Amino acid sequence: MLHTFVALVEDKPGVLTRVASLFRRLNINIISLTVGHSESQDVSRMTIVAEAASGSGHRIKASLFKLENVLDVDDIGQLSCVCRELALIKVAATPQTRAFIFQLAEVFRAHVVDLAPESLMLEITGVASKIEGLIQVLSEGDNQILEISRTGRMVMRRGQHTSRVLDAMRVPSPEEEPIIPITDTTSGDSGLELISGDPNHPL
Amino acid sequence: MSELPTSAASNPTRLTGAEIVWATLEGEGVRDVFGYPGGAILPVYDALRKYPIRHILVRHEQSAAHAADGYARASGKVGVVVATSGPAATNLVTGIATAMMDSVPMVCITGQVSSKILGTDAFQEVDITGITLPVTKHNFIVTDPKAIGPVLRKAFLIARSGRPGPVLVDITKDAQQGLADFDFAAAAPTPHRPHPMLSAGHAVLSEALGLILSAKRPIILAGHGILESDAMDQVRTLAERLQIPVASTLLGLGAFPASHPLSLGMMGMHGEAWVNQAIQQSDLLIACGMRFDDRVTGVLTRYAPNAKKIHIEIDPAEINKNVKADVALIGDLREILETLLPQIAPRNDSTWIRAVNVLKGDAAVRDIKNLPDLGHLYAAHVIHDLWRATDGKAIVVTDVGQHQMWEAQYYKHESPRTLITSGGLGTMGFALPAAIGAKIACPDKEVWVIAGDGGFQMTSAELSTVVQEHLDIRIAVINNGFLGMVRQWQEFIYERNYACVSILSPDFVKLAGAHGIPGATVRERSQVLPAVADARGCSGPFLINFLVEKEDAVYPMIAPGSALDEMIRRPSNGHNPLLETSEEP
Repeated sequence: MLHTFVALVEDKPGVLTRVASLFRRLNINIISLTVGHSESQDVSRMTIVAEAASGSGHRIKASLFKLENVLDVDDIGQLSCVCRELALIKVAATPQTRAFIFQLAEVFRAHVVDLAPESLMLEITGVASKIEGLIQVLSEGDNQILEISRTGRMVMRRGQHTSRVLDAMRVPSPEEEPIIPITDTTSGDSGLELISGDPNHPL
Repeated sequence: MSELPTSAASNPTRLTGAEIVWATLEGEGVRDVFGYPGGAILPVYDALRKYPIRHILVRHEQSAAHAADGYARASGKVGVVVATSGPAATNLVTGIATAMMDSVPMVCITGQVSSKILGTDAFQEVDITGITLPVTKHNFIVTDPKAIGPVLRKAFLIARSGRPGPVLVDITKDAQQGLADFDFAAAAPTPHRPHPMLSAGHAVLSEALGLILSAKRPIILAGHGILESDAMDQVRTLAERLQIPVASTLLGLGAFPASHPLSLGMMGMHGEAWVNQAIQQSDLLIACGMRFDDRVTGVLTRYAPNAKKIHIEIDPAEINKNVKADVALIGDLREILETLLPQIAPRNDSTWIRAVNVLKGDAAVRDIKNLPDLGHLYAAHVIHDLWRATDGKAIVVTDVGQHQMWEAQYYKHESPRTLITSGGLGTMGFALPAAIGAKIACPDKEVWVIAGDGGFQMTSAELSTVVQEHLDIRIAVINNGFLGMVRQWQEFIYERNYACVSILSPDFVKLAGAHGIPGATVRERSQVLPAVADARGCSGPFLINFLVEKEDAVYPMIAPGSALDEMIRRPSNGHNPLLETSEEP
C-alpha cells in the first residue's frame, strides 16, 4: 500500500541522501518525494510517498527518527489532511486547436501559463487523481502531450476544527477529496515487514 | 607543550585543528586510539606527541576498527580509530559495519583531502561519508577547524547514546592545519534527544506485569542490550524472583552467569536442544535487549507458537520487525525493569525449570564431552578444557565459524564483557585485532583468542602488533584444515560437495615464531591442558595450534527454513559418528 510520511529535517547538505538511502536500504520504492522550506528557518519539509507493506509504517517512521538530521516525522495514514500536487503540462497546440485545450483547462480549473505558436503550458493543482484525469483526457484527444512535470504529493494535516470553522466562515471546502485516498489495492509486499502496526495500538 | 585545555576548559585556546582533535579526545576521556598514519591525516599524527594518548599502530586499517571495537566491547567505553583518507578509509568499512550490526560505540576519525580539492579525484580521495552512510549511526565531514571540537563531541554523544553504534568523522587536511579557538566545555553538544517513539507508560507496563505474573512457562531471552543498559542485576533479580529460566543470545552470553541454576545457555541455530525446546514450549517470552535475529528464531511462522511476547528494547525500529510483540516496552531496559520489579513478589514454583531441566538429559547423552575418547581431538574438548583451565574468567575473543559456536556452547561465561565476538555481521578475521583492543582496554585480564585456521589467516599480520605493543595475548587456533562452518553446510545441505573449503595453512607455530612468539602444536586431548598451562605461564603472547578433527560438525543445528525445535542432532547410536566422517574416502 501507499504510505505518506511528512518529515521535518535539518536543511543541510546530504540530508536528502540519508533519507533516500534509508528507503533504499529497506528495499522500499519511493513513489514521490517533495522537499522545500518549512515554516522554521533551517528546517526543510519532506513529503515522502512510498510503496510498502501495510504494516511497515511503524518501522519506517522509527527508522526515520533514528537519522540524526530528522527532527520530526508524521505518518499520515488515514488522518484528515489536505493533499495537493502541482503539475506543469506542455501540450502541442496550434492556434486552431487551442480552443479545445482552453475548455478542458476550465473544466479542470487548470491555468494556461505559457502560449507559443506550436504549444501551450498548463498548470494544475489538486489531488493526484485530478491531475491524472486531465492527463488522460488530453492524451485521448488529438493534442500530443510534450512534457509533464509533477511535484509529487504534498500533504498537511488539517486543523482540529477545520470544517466547523470553515462552515462558520461560510467558506466552501476547497476540494471534494479532503482525505488522502489510501484505498490503493496493490498488496505491495516489499518483504520488509511481516506484522503490522503500532505495537501497542494496532489499528 | 603545556597549553592543554582539559582542566581549564572554559579558557579558549588557539590550537590547530589537529591539536583540537587530540584535545577533544583527551577531554572525552580517551586514553588509547587504534590507527595507521598517512598523507591526509599527517597533521593529526604530528600533533599526537603533545597529548597523553597511546596510539596502537595496527597492520591494516580493518584491524584498527576491530581493535577499537574489541576495546569498546571489553570496557564499555567508546573505541577510537584514526586513519587516513582513500584506501585507509575504505579499509575501515568492514570493521565499521561489524560494530554497527552489534551496536558497538565507536568513533572513527579519517583524514580527507583539502576542502579546496574535494570532489576532484585527488590522490587518495574517496567519498567515505557516502560509502559509510548505511553502516554508521551517523557520519560527518568537517572542513572548518572551528567545527572539529563540537563535531567530535557530538560524535561521542551519538556513539554512546540510545542504541550505541559507530560514528565516522572525516576531517579535511586544511581543517587539521587551520587555527581555531578551542574550548572543550563550550564545544559540548546539546543533550541527546531520546527517540520520540520510546513508550513504556503505565498502561503497557501493567499489561506486561499481568502477562509476567500469570505465565506458567516463562523464559527470559537475554540479549546484548543487558550489557549496554547495565541491567545484569535487574535481569537476575527478575529471573530469581519468579524462577524464570534465562536463555541467551550469542552476544548476551555473560549477561547472566552461566553457572546459575536458571541459566539455560545459548538459544538459536546452534543453541542447545533444551534451550530451543523450552522456547517452543514456553507461554511467555520476555525479550530483554535483543532483536529476534534470524539466527535466533528459526522459521518465524513457527517460532514459539504458544508464547506471548514481551519485547523490551531501546530501538523502536526493532519492535515487530521479525516477531510480533504482544506488549512492547520501548526504552532503557534497566529503567523498565526497575519500574517492574517492585511490583513482583517472589514466587517459589520450580515446576517449569524442573521440566526444562528434564530436557537436558537427552542432550547430555549426545554431548561430545560424554562420548568415548578415541584419541581424536575435538574442538569442543579443547574449549571445555580451556574453560576449566582459565576458571571461566578469561576474556575470550572469537572469530567466526564453527569454533565460535563451540566456544559459545562450551566456554561458560560468568560475567559480562568476557565474550567478544562478531555476531550480527559474522566477520572473519575479527578475533586477533579485537583481542588487541580488549587487552589494551583490560591489561590485567587474561585474554584468549579462539580462531579458526581460515579466519586467523585473514588478519594474522596483527601478530606483529601484538609483539610491538608487548601484549600478553594467548591464541588458540582451532585448525581443522577446512573452512569448517561452510564445509558443515555443504555436508548437510549441499550433498557433501566440499567446494573450495579445504584450506592450506602455514605452520602457525612457525608463523608465531617468526614474530618471536612461542607456541605449541597440540594433536591429542592429553596435551591440551599442559599446552594451555604453558601458554598461561608464559610472560608474553603464546600461540597454540590445535589440530582438531577435520570433519566434526556443530550440533545441534537448525537448518534454514526449519523451526526452532526441528534440530539436526548429534547422532547417539552407540558408536562415535565422528569416526565415519573422519574416515571419509
